[in-house]
Amino acid sequence: MIGALLERHPRFANRLYGFTPPEHGTVVLVHRRVYIVPARLGWLFAATLGILLIGSINYALSLGFALTFLLAGLGLAGMVHTARNLARMAISVGRAEPVFAGESAQFRLYLDGGPGFDRPAILARHLAAGSQLVVDVPAGGLAEVVLAVPAARRGWLPLGRVMLETRFPLGLFRAWSYIEPAARCLVYPRPERSALPPPSAEAAAGALRTQTTGNDDFAGLRGYQASDSPRHVAWKAVARSDVMLTKQFTGEAAAELWLDWRLLPAGMGPEQRLSRLAGWVLAAERTGAHYGLRLPGLEIAPRRGDSHSAACLQALALYQPS
Amino acid sequence: MTQAAHPLAPEVRLVDTRDLAWLIGSLLIVIAPHTLRAPWWLTVLTLCLFGWRLYCTLNRAPLPSRWLVIGIAAVAMLGIWIEYRTLFGRQPGIILLMLFAGLKLLETRSHRDAAVAAFLGYFLIITNFLYTQSMLTAIVMCGALYTITATLIGFSAPQRPARANLRTAALLLAHAVPAALALFFLFPRVQGPLWGLPQDAYSGLTGLSDSMSPGNLSRLAQSDAIAFRAEFEGDTPPQPLRYWRGPVMWDFDGRSWSTGPTLLADFTPLEGGRGRYRYGVVLEAHNRNWLFALETAATLPERARYTADGQLLARSPVRARMRYDLVSVIAPAGPGSDEEPAALRRALRRPPGFNARTVALAEKLRAASSSDAEVVTRAIALLREGGYAYTLEPPLLGADSVDEFLFDTRAGFCEHFSSAFVFMMRAAGVPARVVTGYQGGELNPVDQIITVRQSDAHAWAEVFLRGRGWVRVDPTAAAVPGRIQSGLARALPAGEALPLMMRPQLEWLRAVRFRWDALAHKWNVWVLGYNPERQRDLMLLLGIRDADWRSLTATLFTILGVMTLVLLAWSLRQLVRPDPVQRAWGAFCRKLAARGVERVPHEGPRDYSVRAARALPGSRRAILRIAWLYIGLRYGSQASAPAVARLRRLVRQLRLT
Repeated sequence: MIGALLERHPRFANRLYGFTPPEHGTVVLVHRRVYIVPARLGWLFAATLGILLIGSINYALSLGFALTFLLAGLGLAGMVHTARNLARMAISVGRAEPVFAGESAQFRLYLDGGPGFDRPAILARHLAAGSQLVVDVPAGGLAEVVLAVPAARRGWLPLGRVMLETRFPLGLFRAWSYIEPAARCLVYPRPERSALPPPSAEAAAGALRTQTTGNDDFAGLRGYQASDSPRHVAWKAVARSDVMLTKQFTGEAAAELWLDWRLLPAGMGPEQRLSRLAGWVLAAERTGAHYGLRLPGLEIAPRRGDSHSAACLQALALYQPS
Repeated sequence: MTQAAHPLAPEVRLVDTRDLAWLIGSLLIVIAPHTLRAPWWLTVLTLCLFGWRLYCTLNRAPLPSRWLVIGIAAVAMLGIWIEYRTLFGRQPGIILLMLFAGLKLLETRSHRDAAVAAFLGYFLIITNFLYTQSMLTAIVMCGALYTITATLIGFSAPQRPARANLRTAALLLAHAVPAALALFFLFPRVQGPLWGLPQDAYSGLTGLSDSMSPGNLSRLAQSDAIAFRAEFEGDTPPQPLRYWRGPVMWDFDGRSWSTGPTLLADFTPLEGGRGRYRYGVVLEAHNRNWLFALETAATLPERARYTADGQLLARSPVRARMRYDLVSVIAPAGPGSDEEPAALRRALRRPPGFNARTVALAEKLRAASSSDAEVVTRAIALLREGGYAYTLEPPLLGADSVDEFLFDTRAGFCEHFSSAFVFMMRAAGVPARVVTGYQGGELNPVDQIITVRQSDAHAWAEVFLRGRGWVRVDPTAAAVPGRIQSGLARALPAGEALPLMMRPQLEWLRAVRFRWDALAHKWNVWVLGYNPERQRDLMLLLGIRDADWRSLTATLFTILGVMTLVLLAWSLRQLVRPDPVQRAWGAFCRKLAARGVERVPHEGPRDYSVRAARALPGSRRAILRIAWLYIGLRYGSQASAPAVARLRRLVRQLRLT
């Protein structure tokens, strides 16, 4: 209930949590941000102590008192140690590889516990997505946490709020802290599988040139023809499938392709268009063609390769339709 | 929002073999002392349950069904009932707990169950203290506490090596000690018990009883258990004067002596007198009311009562170690007290028809003497010259026990001597009674404390002489002078079994034991004997008068609060102050980050500085200088104070353009 209330009043929550998201740079869990309450096991422990105390009084057992109080001290020390397991930990974020909408973004967090001591059994949990992982942070080392967050829409996906929790060492207390580092992941539009644009009137005007087959770059496999050179037979694939296949290569003379927003049917919505274009980028990259991208107000010259396709997809991901 | 199972919640985490092995190991330590007292079949059953659980986890066998576990519990409880005829006494209760520990393991699947079993282990530790609270027990149980704690830590960190968990457990316990000490000494103590204790709560205690029949003192004398310790202020009385009076026996039925009804009397403190000793006694629990005092008590301890025959009685049976202070005199000044005629008649009563030979002998003594005192002297001489042997293993006696001892077997323990002597006195018309108690005790040269053991149990006689009152006569001392001069060990003939510690060959062992005893005494006084009164004394020492629970609680919470803060400060010590090189580097990184060049975690200082220099060409030289200096200090061998200072200065002066 309180959680829901805080969610509705984020500014109050920020004041309470002691930080304003998103946090740039390395996040250090200062003491003020580490909360601690007894876990259910802690209450059970307290009940055990109560029984031990009553027994000690009733039987006038001095060593019973000593044991009870030593256990009480143990609980107290356990509380401090549980808070210590989180306190002053430094959290930094790593790069999150771009994903397509509908997939899960993989955010990387690095937990740095400092050189003094190890910090075992720390749970990192993405509050909204529910993905979670328990890691041990070694003394003087880093622990990597990968949290999967579903990417529903294209654009920048912020990491969101992450809870770090621990019950080490005794499990009697539960200490936790919230962080919201300024990490984001680029989400490409969901690619729509469709054939590359057909040679249309505009294509004849230069959008798509004939694609000739050369032998520079591997482009894919096709059925064996009697005239194929044995050097080009994909022997490995043949061994797997019992069908004669020939490796196909594209050469310098491969086609140059324009993937153009305006090529798409007029009735398509912008998101659908972007999906279609993303699918085309992937397909074009597979064929090995040089391709360019045209969006209203943006043009990327034809090239090919991973960085080119990434640039195209990023443009699609961040495109703001007017 | 999908709510996956909480991976840290103990309910969902399953125990593995390592967890179980630790848990079972810890429980075995706790249970080990109980196996000496539990019925053998239950020990075997508990071990089988442990073994069964281990078998299940090692072979991935399913755990037994709930009904099977309940069935085992029911059968075992029936067995306990048959053994003890109850389930609620102290002993059956503890044995039930032992059984439950085994049964709990059989249904332990998650870490939550395992933690409950560990808490049960903590609970079983305290049950051991019901039987003994010696230092040895404390040490063993500290070991159990340690392993149980390490086990609990293992549940929270399943991936961590056991060595690391043991280290954490030691650290936690070390941190727990200051708070535990504060709580121990300052927690407001209430004098128990809070409710009625089970019938058998004190069944294990040994000590003198209110009757004396042939054999029961000599049995007691084979026990090394400590009866009490006495600490004298000033002089310590010599061994032959150390008669610690206990129950006084008036009534004889031909075989055994008993105290009979106890008559309370008003106590008047005694002034003057020869041989005045002031001392404190730390009395072990013996489940009877007697408080032992040296000869004649001149003062009455707090909350004690006094009987007409000079015994000191506590108001309730002594069920916990207690301390009392008093003054005794060996020879009271002034004329001996008069005695009630009824008491004198009681001191002459003897069962008719027994021990005819002794009666005849007594009448012969009476006829030959002119006074009661002379009768006593003649009887003593008879015992001294009669060639009587002193033995811990006296021959069995028939109906005329006194006759048989005096004329036939001529060998006995102090109970035989005192019984025969008092009977003879009564037959001769001299009022006499048997006094039991302890004689001697061992002076510890380490701390000058006299330790009196059950093996010092003794019985002697008191005769009433007109004009002198009750006079102590020790027939055993007359017959076997060595017993009183130098203790039991010298008095017994060679070859007779002595309590281990009394064997003279083991001198070195005795030396060790003296030290141990001195330590044990401190332990008794400060750890075991710590009670509400001691607490008040301690608070007085701290300057708090009339400490009540409020002032105690306030002091306690203040101390606990300070301790927690200190502990917190400690926990952050290493973190708050990284070394100066690291701090300077951190400041450098922050300065660069402020200009938009943030270090990524996997980036080393070299790559980072090169990237930063490229991004901020205006400060290129300064950035690279700092980075090389840092790399040299961190990874090279050129760590020197001036270099560190230069690094700090450079970082401070760095102005990024």
